[in-house]
Amino acid sequence: MGYYCSFAALTCVYLQRHLLLTYLSLSLSLSLSLSLSLSLSLSLQWKSGVVKQLGWTVCDDLLCIQEDGTVLIYDLFGNFKRHFSMGNEVGQSQVVEAKVFHSPYGTGVAIVTGASRFTLATNIDDLKLRRLPEVPGLQGAPTCWAVLTQDRQSKVLVATGADLFILDYTSPPGLSPQATSIVHMCVSFSYKYLALFTDSGHLWMGTANLKEKLSEVETKVRNPPKQMAWCRRPKSQQPSVVIMWDGHILVAGECKNTISYHLEGVSILVPELDGVRIINGTHHELLQEVPASCEEIFKIASMAPGALLLEAHKEYEKESQKADEYLREIKEQNLLGEAVKQCVEAAGHELEAETQKTLLRAASFGKCFLSNFPPEPFVSMCRDLRVLNAVRDYTVGIPLTHTQFKQMTVQVLIDRLVYRKLYPLAIEICRYLKTPEYQGVSRVLKHWACCKVQQKEEADEVIARAISLKLGEAAGISYSEIATKAYECGRTELAIKLLEFEPRSGEQVPLLLKMKRSQLALSKAIESGDTDLVYTVVTYLKNEMNRGDFFMTLRNQPVALSLYRQFCKHQEQDTLKDLFNQDDDHQELGNFYVKASYKEKAQIGHLQSAVDEYNKAKNEFAAKATEEEMRLLRFQKKLEEEKGESLVGFSLHDTIRTLLAVGLHKHAEQLYKDFRVPDKRYWWLKLTALAEKEDWEEIEKFAKSKKSPIGYLPFVEICVKHHNKYEAKKYVSRVTPEQKVKAHLAVGDLEGAADAAIERRNDGEISTVLSRCSPSTDRALVERLNRAKATAAKK
Amino acid sequence: MAHTGRRDAPELPDFSLLKRLARDQLIYLLEQLPGKKDLFIDADLMSLLDRIANVTTLKQHEVDKLYKVELKPIVSTSDQLCFLIRPRIQTVKWIADIVNSDKASGRFRRYKIIFTPQKFYACETVLEEQGVYGDVTTDEWAFYLLPLDDDIISLELPEFFRDNFLEGDQRWVTTAGSALRLVYSLYGPFSKVYGIGRCAKMVYESWRDQVEDGEQKARQPEIGNVFLIDRDVDFVTPLCSQVVYEGLVDDIFRIKCGSVEFGPEVTSSDKSLKVMVNSQDKVFNEIRNEHFSNVFGFLSQKARNLQTAYDKRRGMDIQQMKTFVSEELKGLKQEHRLLSLHIGASECIMKKKTKQDFQELLKTEHSLLEGFEVRECISFIEEHINRQISMIDSLRLLCLLSITENGLLPKDYRSLKAQYLQSYGIEHLLTFANLKQIGLLVEQQPGETLTVMESKVGKLVNDKTAGKLTDAFSSLAKKSNFRALSKRLVLIPKSGEEYDLRVPRDMAYIFSGAYIPLSCKLIEQVLERDGWTGLEEVTRMLNGHEFAVTGGTNGTEARIKTDPQRIILVMFLGGCTYSEISALRFLGREKGYKFIVLTTAITNSARLLEALLDNHA
Repeated sequence: MGYYCSFAALTCVYLQRHLLLTYLSLSLSLSLSLSLSLSLSLSLQWKSGVVKQLGWTVCDDLLCIQEDGTVLIYDLFGNFKRHFSMGNEVGQSQVVEAKVFHSPYGTGVAIVTGASRFTLATNIDDLKLRRLPEVPGLQGAPTCWAVLTQDRQSKVLVATGADLFILDYTSPPGLSPQATSIVHMCVSFSYKYLALFTDSGHLWMGTANLKEKLSEVETKVRNPPKQMAWCRRPKSQQPSVVIMWDGHILVAGECKNTISYHLEGVSILVPELDGVRIINGTHHELLQEVPASCEEIFKIASMAPGALLLEAHKEYEKESQKADEYLREIKEQNLLGEAVKQCVEAAGHELEAETQKTLLRAASFGKCFLSNFPPEPFVSMCRDLRVLNAVRDYTVGIPLTHTQFKQMTVQVLIDRLVYRKLYPLAIEICRYLKTPEYQGVSRVLKHWACCKVQQKEEADEVIARAISLKLGEAAGISYSEIATKAYECGRTELAIKLLEFEPRSGEQVPLLLKMKRSQLALSKAIESGDTDLVYTVVTYLKNEMNRGDFFMTLRNQPVALSLYRQFCKHQEQDTLKDLFNQDDDHQELGNFYVKASYKEKAQIGHLQSAVDEYNKAKNEFAAKATEEEMRLLRFQKKLEEEKGESLVGFSLHDTIRTLLAVGLHKHAEQLYKDFRVPDKRYWWLKLTALAEKEDWEEIEKFAKSKKSPIGYLPFVEICVKHHNKYEAKKYVSRVTPEQKVKAHLAVGDLEGAADAAIERRNDGEISTVLSRCSPSTDRALVERLNRAKATAAKK
Repeated sequence: MAHTGRRDAPELPDFSLLKRLARDQLIYLLEQLPGKKDLFIDADLMSLLDRIANVTTLKQHEVDKLYKVELKPIVSTSDQLCFLIRPRIQTVKWIADIVNSDKASGRFRRYKIIFTPQKFYACETVLEEQGVYGDVTTDEWAFYLLPLDDDIISLELPEFFRDNFLEGDQRWVTTAGSALRLVYSLYGPFSKVYGIGRCAKMVYESWRDQVEDGEQKARQPEIGNVFLIDRDVDFVTPLCSQVVYEGLVDDIFRIKCGSVEFGPEVTSSDKSLKVMVNSQDKVFNEIRNEHFSNVFGFLSQKARNLQTAYDKRRGMDIQQMKTFVSEELKGLKQEHRLLSLHIGASECIMKKKTKQDFQELLKTEHSLLEGFEVRECISFIEEHINRQISMIDSLRLLCLLSITENGLLPKDYRSLKAQYLQSYGIEHLLTFANLKQIGLLVEQQPGETLTVMESKVGKLVNDKTAGKLTDAFSSLAKKSNFRALSKRLVLIPKSGEEYDLRVPRDMAYIFSGAYIPLSCKLIEQVLERDGWTGLEEVTRMLNGHEFAVTGGTNGTEARIKTDPQRIILVMFLGGCTYSEISALRFLGREKGYKFIVLTTAITNSARLLEALLDNHA
């Protein structure tokens, strides 16, 4: 079976494409070649099942629909991408016919099986199979069918004999126009119009909802056409249909007249946004309704302003005064602006660079005579044309019309170029059109780099250097994306090298983890300063590694370690201990046990462990302190049992105080000796404790027991504090001379204080006493003090 | 204040916007859980929430009952529970327990956790480990900044200090960066950013990373310069006793979220009274920055003025009386009430602070700062410990001694610690371990070992990654160098000269003329020099990490001191004290600047040291 099918290249968002000749032989070897785009050709050895239909997606991928319902997807270079199935029930009955269609929702596939059941998927990237209801009374295969997109639903329009059915997954209303049998049909590019060809040779044109008839044309050809396509441009008032038979085509419109062209060789029609492409083995022709502006200008003997302007410019070039006459004619009608607009527009529709230039020059000439004509349309048209001429070049092979380009947007054009690996051209276009970097140049470079990393023959070093050199200054490049690509191609080393260029260390972490470079991931996470990221890696490592290795890793990363410690403190106390153990951090272990000891009641055991650890840590001080605490604890426990005083948990100081308070002086004394409590502390302690009990007798005994290491001023003060001046006075005489004044003042003896101060001839002390004197004080005393102060000052 | 500053001081930006933003977002979050719900709030978020939205607002958004998070089983009967918490592991674990116990008893409820200011991955891990990740929804209330006053903004994150400087846990760095970014986007762009400290640098980098993603705006900035400073650059200042009124009130009554609770001894009634202390309080605003010795003078003057104002009504005719009552009387009454409150507070402070002990404590502090009669100081500290006067104060003096003397002699180090343990128990072994780690209380090292350590660290710091590693533990090798710093920066005014506290001549007045706070002096010097040039010796002694970066937008023309150029945001990482704020206000008045203080929390010596104790789990 010889099977030809061809694909127009790349034109517009929904429809397309390259001229591509596909030859599918019986031996099931498939070779595809692009005849128009010489720079691109692809062939692949077909090893899979019988292919029923080929098609292109909006992303320039090749779809191969097999007899068994499997759809295989290849990229532009023949690499297999993925596959999906059109349902299990297809299996036995086999695909009879399949269609690829495009809608705002993406590329869709529709098939009809041997059992005449239709299945369709509106978007192959989000595959949802819809099995359409049976056609009532259908016997054998339908004569013809087409896919419609209406009201945001994809439907199938089926003709069987003279009956026409719309299949959707709600309800199939049957509609039937006046004809004997429909043998061919086609839907317009916009899905708005439908054309039907009947066995009587009539062509019926109408709206796709079958509610309105546009016209009916008698073609006088009875045999069914090979192909039919709508040929119209957006907003045009004259829709027409192109019908193709072997050797010739016919253009039929609303009027009764038809136009006929001769065709050489086997051709195929590709309907597009603003025309029909006619493609055969050697040629590629574009059939379209002549744009209004071109018609106005180039119509014979046209007097349209644009035509006149073009004429004026021609005369001007010839240096003829007629230029002025033409110009005047336009200006008199006040139509110069209109003329310029027409010329600019027409230039856009022309494919020949020379014609474009002529028209633009005329427009520019006309502009000189206008004062407030906005420059944007002219400038942007010049830019667009430059880009279009560049991509129309045969080496690129994207013969876009201006209308298609506008519909498609620059973004998509760049994408298409990138898919073709035409990076330099894409970059040039971005720069020329001043596309923002992150949308334009950077994006292209990223694609380039992603492609570069797949070049298996080059060394990692070379590629990494090449990429960093090229991408160096570009803004908004994500090296981690490129690295991910490299990793996907199995080039881990290269991926790591590339990640080095990533300035945001946070971006590097997920990939590093994926590549099992956890150590590196950890350092990068720490570098990023994002503790959440560090923690993510730590958790990952915890699950991934054995405990020993995990701890070793943490040990080298203090930031991660302290983070994990914080976590363990609340969640896993035992892990914390293991962590310290692993590190031989005996100091921390000691601390750990001390903490445990006062949290729980089984204290002594913990403290013993703490002592051992502190000894290992060579922290003699802590070891000794802990040992003493153990001794104290034993003492407290014993005493608790004996005397029923609650003591456990008290510090040494508090223990002694409690003992003194309850009158266990002997035991207090014992502690004082055993723990070598400093004399001063003990004296303070005992003094305070006795004063609390107001045991003045005992205090006096205590004071006389031996020389006080804290002096006698505290005795005075503590008595005063407990409002016992009488007792206080007892000790004033024993206070050292330096503190005498203070002592006297404390008991409120101004005279004594004055005497002491004067005796010591101390200026400061005299002042202190003076400041305590009130108007009620003895005048003589004040004078005495003042005199003494004067003498003291003289010295 | 008695002395007027320069007249041309610029206006401060309006920070109430921050509150409005926070409130709107909270309401939005509450509405994400439609229907009646019970709200559980972290204890330390209570007063914070009070500043943002009152109970009525919460009720309007269908909050049924309010509970404090107490980490105990709950009694709520509501079908929807909402938790407003700080991202702490133990709280999240508690919530997971609630969910699990509900599950066990077959009870169906909806749970929503709102983390503020952000959630941490570790918290989500806990939810996952406890098997309730799918049962709760989580959200973030990006409430970073609470304006405490016209010129004070706080992150209200006291744990920042311990986590960052003791545990080496840097999770709050991004939070601080985000806070700075918020200020930047509302009041920026900044023309210059200065900073010192490892954390300051990290915060700066985090902020810059976040800004780089966004767009650059051309707007009239309201804040010109930013100064970032780590708390561990200057530990001396927060360890000193505060003697300025606002600082004293904080030391004694503890100001919480800008409000303070005065007990019966102040209010001279049987009730406690909670009042806001900020610039809205006319009386407080006049005395907050005063040395305490002047406060009574001010208050009595104020009382006299008030009396005169009251007295005006004598000899008024009916009409005048009418206007007096309608216009002035209310204000006067209000002022009267505040005046009596602050007089009460001052009396209370007087009672506590004019005692002999306090005078001697201050004398010791000053001696330590001057490095004068150190042996006497040590005996004083010893006695202080032996008499069990105050756990925190003893610790504070020990730390002050260690920093000013560059560590304790081994003999003193051991004996003082041993005595402290005898007084307060073995658990303070852990406290000492912490203090050693953070560098507050260390043993003097023989000179040589330290320099070896220093050069080793120095070498590593050159290498970027290695630098970060050693940074976390470099505090071990940290020398305080206080003595040398104080000489170089002239922090201790010449002794012997009379210092008139009524007419302060420098920032030392906040410490009775004995010491100019190091942190504030650094800020003054850097602003004066427009960078760190000439301070190389100082930064070396402070362990480096200083930077001065010109903002991208209009660096070249920044020489002209426009108004925003003179508004300076000082960000303290790890907390700042009211005394420092007073000092900066003084500096601002002298030099025609306006300082805005942005701090992770308001701190003082007690809060600083309590954070380093280890008795809380």
